[in-house]
Amino acid sequence: MRVVVQQEPFDLGAEANAFAAADTGMGAIVTFTGVVRDLARGDLDVMEIEHYPGMTEKALTKIATEAQERWSLGDVLVIHRYGRLAPGDRIMMVATAAPHRKDAFEAAEYLMDYLKSRAPFWKKEITGAGAGWVAAKDEDEDALTRW
Amino acid sequence: MDVLYFAWVRERIGIPRERVETGAETVAQLVEELRAREPRYEAAFADLSALRVALDQDLADFDASLAGVREVAFFPPMTGG
Repeated sequence: MRVVVQQEPFDLGAEANAFAAADTGMGAIVTFTGVVRDLARGDLDVMEIEHYPGMTEKALTKIATEAQERWSLGDVLVIHRYGRLAPGDRIMMVATAAPHRKDAFEAAEYLMDYLKSRAPFWKKEITGAGAGWVAAKDEDEDALTRW
Repeated sequence: MDVLYFAWVRERIGIPRERVETGAETVAQLVEELRAREPRYEAAFADLSALRVALDQDLADFDASLAGVREVAFFPPMTGG
């Protein structure tokens, strides 16, 4: 398992290639990438991501460990950035490896569902008109009940 | 103990962390102590349903005990991913 919290951009292709090449016993690799989405008005200047150093790593490791206990997985990778990002920038990625695809897909969805509302990150949208914190959505909390 | 604030809680209170000497036995008691201090704390803690708390970097409830706790953090619901 590898959990990385960093300010710098990550190389999606290099990370995915290295992850996929690590274990020839894995027949399925799923990757998910989260990207900063512009606002409907197209005026997002900056997405600022704050986090809780220490707890972030602890929470992500716990979520990844639970995924590994729940599904038949090989390795798990989680990379999440913080700091100031622009529309189109990659915020985060998860990758799961499994002998079969069902485990890899489900584990990746589980990681994303928990990461959205149980990992201590907060997003602030900054436009020319002002700045505002992104509110958590009820549907993100509700998504956890399916697991 | 150290008390940390994140996101709009940090902005309303105006500082990211502080050292608090308290006899509070639960998170809820600590919140009441902080709220009584100044309007900026009252503004941050007015609606507990909009807040989450972590004790020593694990999510907890507002009725949780503070016994042995070194770090308390208050923040809004998380928006990762």
